[in-house]
Amino acid sequence: MVLQLRGVTKSYATTDGPLPVLRGVDLGLNAGETLALTGESGSGKSTLLHLVGGLDAPDAGVIEVAGSDVARMDDEARAALRRETVGVVFQQFNLIPALDVAANLSFQARLAGRHDPAWQDVLADRLGLTPYLRRYPEQLSGGQQQRVAIGRAMATRPAILLADEPTGNLDESTADAVLALMLELVDETEAALLMVTHSERLADRMARRVHLRRGQAA
Amino acid sequence: MNVRILWLGVALFFLPLCAQAQGFAGLGTTTADGFAQPVPDPVFDFPQDHGPHPEYRIEWWYLTANLQGGDGRDYGLQWTLFRSALEPRRTEGWDSPQIWMGHAGLTTPDRHFVAERFARDGTGQAGVIAAPFAAWIDDWQMRGTAPPDADAISSLRLTASGRDFAYDLALTAQGPLVPQGAGGYSVKSASGQASYYYSQPFYELTGTLTLPGGPIEVTGSAWLDREWSSQPLDEGQTGWDWFSLHLDDGDKVMGFRLRDATGADYTAATWIAADGAPAPLPNGAFQITERSVTDVAGRQVPTEWQVQIPSRGLDITTRPLNAQSWMETLFPYWEGPIRFVGTHRGQGYLEMTGYE
Amino acid sequence: MRRTALWGMMAHWRRHPGQFLTLLLGLALATALWSGVQAINAEARSSYATAAAALGQDELNQLVDPSGPIPEATYIALRRAGWGVSPVLEGRITRDLGVIRVLGVDPITAPPQAQMVDLSAPEDLVAFFSGRAYAPPELAAQLGPRFEGQEVRVAATLPAGTLMMDLGQAQRVLDRPDQVSRLLVWSEQPLTRRPLSEIAPALNEAAPEDRGDVARLTDSFHLNLTAFGFLSFAVGLFIVHAAIGLAFEQRRPTFRTLRALGVPARTLVGLLAAEVLALALVAGVIGVALGYAIAAALLPDVAATLQGLYGASVDGALSLRPSWWIAGLGISVLGAIAAAAQSLWRLWHLPVLAPAQPRAWARASARSMRVQGVIAAGMIALGLVLLGAGQGLVAAFAMLAFLLLGAALALPVLLSGVLGLGAGMARSALGEWFWADTRQQLPGLSLALMALLLALSANIGVGTMVGSFRLTFTGWLDQRLASELYVTARSEAEAAELRAFLAPRSTALLPIWSVEAPLPGGPGEIFGVADHATYRDNWPLLTALPEVWDRVAEGSGVLINEQLSRREGLSPGDSIALPVAWEAEIVGVYSDYGNPQGQVMIGLSRFESQFPRAAQLRYAVRLPPDETEAVMTALQREFGLPASTMIDQATVKAISLAVFERTFTVTAALNVLTLGVAAIAMLTSLLTLARMRVPQLAPVWALGLTRKRLAWLELMRAALLAALTAVLALPVGLVLAWALLAVVNVEAFGWRLPMHLFPADWLRLALLALAAALLASAWPVRRLARTAPSDLLKVFANER
Repeated sequence: MVLQLRGVTKSYATTDGPLPVLRGVDLGLNAGETLALTGESGSGKSTLLHLVGGLDAPDAGVIEVAGSDVARMDDEARAALRRETVGVVFQQFNLIPALDVAANLSFQARLAGRHDPAWQDVLADRLGLTPYLRRYPEQLSGGQQQRVAIGRAMATRPAILLADEPTGNLDESTADAVLALMLELVDETEAALLMVTHSERLADRMARRVHLRRGQAA
Repeated sequence: MNVRILWLGVALFFLPLCAQAQGFAGLGTTTADGFAQPVPDPVFDFPQDHGPHPEYRIEWWYLTANLQGGDGRDYGLQWTLFRSALEPRRTEGWDSPQIWMGHAGLTTPDRHFVAERFARDGTGQAGVIAAPFAAWIDDWQMRGTAPPDADAISSLRLTASGRDFAYDLALTAQGPLVPQGAGGYSVKSASGQASYYYSQPFYELTGTLTLPGGPIEVTGSAWLDREWSSQPLDEGQTGWDWFSLHLDDGDKVMGFRLRDATGADYTAATWIAADGAPAPLPNGAFQITERSVTDVAGRQVPTEWQVQIPSRGLDITTRPLNAQSWMETLFPYWEGPIRFVGTHRGQGYLEMTGYE
Repeated sequence: MRRTALWGMMAHWRRHPGQFLTLLLGLALATALWSGVQAINAEARSSYATAAAALGQDELNQLVDPSGPIPEATYIALRRAGWGVSPVLEGRITRDLGVIRVLGVDPITAPPQAQMVDLSAPEDLVAFFSGRAYAPPELAAQLGPRFEGQEVRVAATLPAGTLMMDLGQAQRVLDRPDQVSRLLVWSEQPLTRRPLSEIAPALNEAAPEDRGDVARLTDSFHLNLTAFGFLSFAVGLFIVHAAIGLAFEQRRPTFRTLRALGVPARTLVGLLAAEVLALALVAGVIGVALGYAIAAALLPDVAATLQGLYGASVDGALSLRPSWWIAGLGISVLGAIAAAAQSLWRLWHLPVLAPAQPRAWARASARSMRVQGVIAAGMIALGLVLLGAGQGLVAAFAMLAFLLLGAALALPVLLSGVLGLGAGMARSALGEWFWADTRQQLPGLSLALMALLLALSANIGVGTMVGSFRLTFTGWLDQRLASELYVTARSEAEAAELRAFLAPRSTALLPIWSVEAPLPGGPGEIFGVADHATYRDNWPLLTALPEVWDRVAEGSGVLINEQLSRREGLSPGDSIALPVAWEAEIVGVYSDYGNPQGQVMIGLSRFESQFPRAAQLRYAVRLPPDETEAVMTALQREFGLPASTMIDQATVKAISLAVFERTFTVTAALNVLTLGVAAIAMLTSLLTLARMRVPQLAPVWALGLTRKRLAWLELMRAALLAALTAVLALPVGLVLAWALLAVVNVEAFGWRLPMHLFPADWLRLALLALAAALLASAWPVRRLARTAPSDLLKVFANER
């Protein structure tokens, strides 16, 4: 199993005291498997994704990503996890505005020390970005930006791709195209995909589906 | 001549009223701050007494002249050197605590010229020497030109200059020195303030006036007053009116009135016969009445007077040559030539102070 | 509506009190530096005016004797000839508390314009004659109620450092019996005055403007101060601009909402302007108060400088002037409006419907950067043209202003180029990002960096100037002060005894006699010097004809100082008109630092025949150095010479250097303050950016960098920018130094100094700049390192 969660809890400090978001989530994901994480606003699905991505630490529980427990990692190790093991695609794309498309595409792979120019060319080609490599993010459309983000995440050949409403800012036809590309690439690299979405239509295209309700997997 | 500069002296160098001002006891009496005091029955010692008396607080050489110009007009002039002592001593150099002040006036029917000079004693800038006589401040001088056997001031050369006028005169006395008051002891108030006072009222003169319009040759007669004292005026005395009169018959009259804000005015006068014999007149014998008032320098100044000395049958009205004879000096006053008609005719000089 | 809108706008400051304080601080600092400098200038100028008006010498003609003092007898002779003149005796006495200018006057003959103290009460006059002296408040406080037997009274109308007394007393105190220095001429003179040529042919009548030249001499110094004050103010405005800009950016949504809710743009702009005005007034009050403190702290040094450099006495006490308050508030408001102009403009043009994307900074700035580069190049070119064509102090400062402004504007362009180059050379992804991202920060940081550039170049420039001056000055002192001991006798008789006493005890006794004299272009001094190896071997000649010292000794040639040479365009071979009726040939020019006036040196025998009445009191004594102490002790024992009348070489040098150092204390203080202001500008800008940084950094963090690493990179970024700025500041600073040494100094003081370089100082300054940048970035970086992941994650939150 590339991802294993056991009894994961997480709460956030608020002015009214701690607000529990995850109340003991158990979840597993195999390599090559795709999973849609659905739930209402505030159900904790984004938080769960962040914990898996090493962007935040759980209060309790075990999060095994590619065999290591994220919950026990320090800052440094979590940074390494983000660099090397996972790829993340956000709703807001979150490209680096100072860098052009080519540099954005290769950024994470080069950080992780596994830059593969051939693979990157393939990715650029597959994502239809080849004509835009010298452009800067603000000169691209939303769909194009999200393709750069997907390319960036896939350039490291991550064990698991995390996507947080990746098509939330895109219109329907663009969203479908972007999702199709993403699924293709995941399939080819045998990565697992964990996607947070509230769209039934998108969730239906995943192999599995877990619904979060009040911080627990239903 | 007069009290006039007593008042100036008081104003310029405020002197605390001396508690024992009435101490007449004997010769050589001094005030508490060391100044000598006049005492009655003086015996003048000439030429020595023509010179300064630094142990007295104030002293002057005061000359006025009535002139007739070659142009047929009347003129009048004044030349005065005042000495004022801060302390009753003098030395050579800047340490000398004495100050000299000069006033020069020149009156025409339509103009009145004034100049004023100040000097430190001890530096040579101003001073008086008894014999051969010389009194000077800056370029102004009153220099004796008398032969050695004559009185040192019986013949004088007189010069002064201002921004817009100058004069240069030669004077010769036609009569003797005249003591004023009681043999030269001139009382200034009912409470006894007094000064030493003698005059030379008999000068005849010739000379030149330099005026903006050019030089004018003049002749005329002049009157010199010598006076020194240490006492201020009495407390209530606010000013005075002083007359020197050359009567056409050759007699001379000196008379003054000290105005008193709190009590009775005080007057004194001397009738000087043509041969120089003085007859002092008591308080009240000399009577003056304002006849006409002129607006002078923003003040109301009486410029026409009725002067009466009933005991001598004198009743005259005086008119100024120039009603605007205002001396715009540090302490301003009115001083100018007059003519008079009535029981007697003649000319003279009038000085008035204290008109605010 | 207005009140509600205002409430909405002001809510911002309640939420960001730090920003509010920054804004206040920036504006207050800018105002403080500006008004502090203005206060110092105003105080000094009023002292000059008092001095110039003292004794009415700004209105009255004066009679002076070019060859020395006037005998008192000449004064009396003039009075007796009808001249309305009043004597003045002037001299200096040295006491433990410093040099006191003794002014002797005669209140009885002084013209009304010259009456500085009311002596109309007779008891005051008596006291004055018998020794009472008057002093301005500061001096009176130093002297106490009695000074050397004389009663001392306060007279606020007197010029600083002046003790006024009766002429006779002054003759005694200065030991100059029967002498006066000059005569004041009444404006009205009698009709029959005799001509001057008959009475005192040696005297000249000088018009009022020929004297009172302190103000003219010190103009350059005050221009210097003003330039510095302005620089500080400009640097301060950078802070204000940054703070107002930030507040605007952060309130952009508020403004937009207010507009959408129906508040007209006119009202909004009016409200913002009112807000800026209110802030400016508050900051102005704080600034003026601060400026007063700065001025009060610096004024004693300025006074010492002016005294040491120009002999100009300035009261060390500061008085508060209403005009100064108004000017301070005015400059604060003007500055705030200038700094807010851009924000107001933007607010006026703010679209009600905002574009969906945040402004694309990098692209927009690329174009504006090109424009800025062109403007910068134009300004630098203009500065260079001025340098070539312009003349005079104003042109010099204008040139400096253009160069500095041009350099400041060019800075972002140059930095952008350098950073682009760095990005091109970067090998790693992180490096690439670092360079590219740094470059992208430029627009936000460039104002602060410009402020830093200005402060650094000013520091380098002024530091180089002062350092060069110090090196030259110390070398010059060694040359000029070759004799071991300098003695001044108190009278001619004592001088004769001194000569007899010192002859067997010294290897040489060199007279140094001098007179004040009218020289071409203004008053100056003429020195008579002996023919001795002391001069031949040591005197700091800049240029000279052959056989220069023989020519001087035989009286056929004179030496002039550099000031006179430059001011009047005189060189060796030219002739110079000296009193009395002497067309002398110039055979050499010597350097004469720290002296604003012209000076001429002539052979001793010629001096004696030319100025027979000059005081012959000063001597330089050559002795074996180790005997100096013993001879001084002997002199004190034998003659009772006070310490103030003899001084040994080491002490003169120490005093000269102390004066020199004090001279530049103010410059140094202003330098430090300017650097401080620049550091605050950096801090403000970095704080501003830190708020915008989180969204920019979060993706990089998400892609696998720790917060710690990011924080380090941020620190490095600040250090890199500061270091690059420091490097660029170096050439600018050196040009500034060159301009100060070769143009401003020559114009202002009349001497040109060789330029020395001080690389160690540059390194120190660069490190200081680095430290300032690191310090300024420390706080925002620390905050970044401690940002909770959950805060970083908000960037990725779906619901924005």
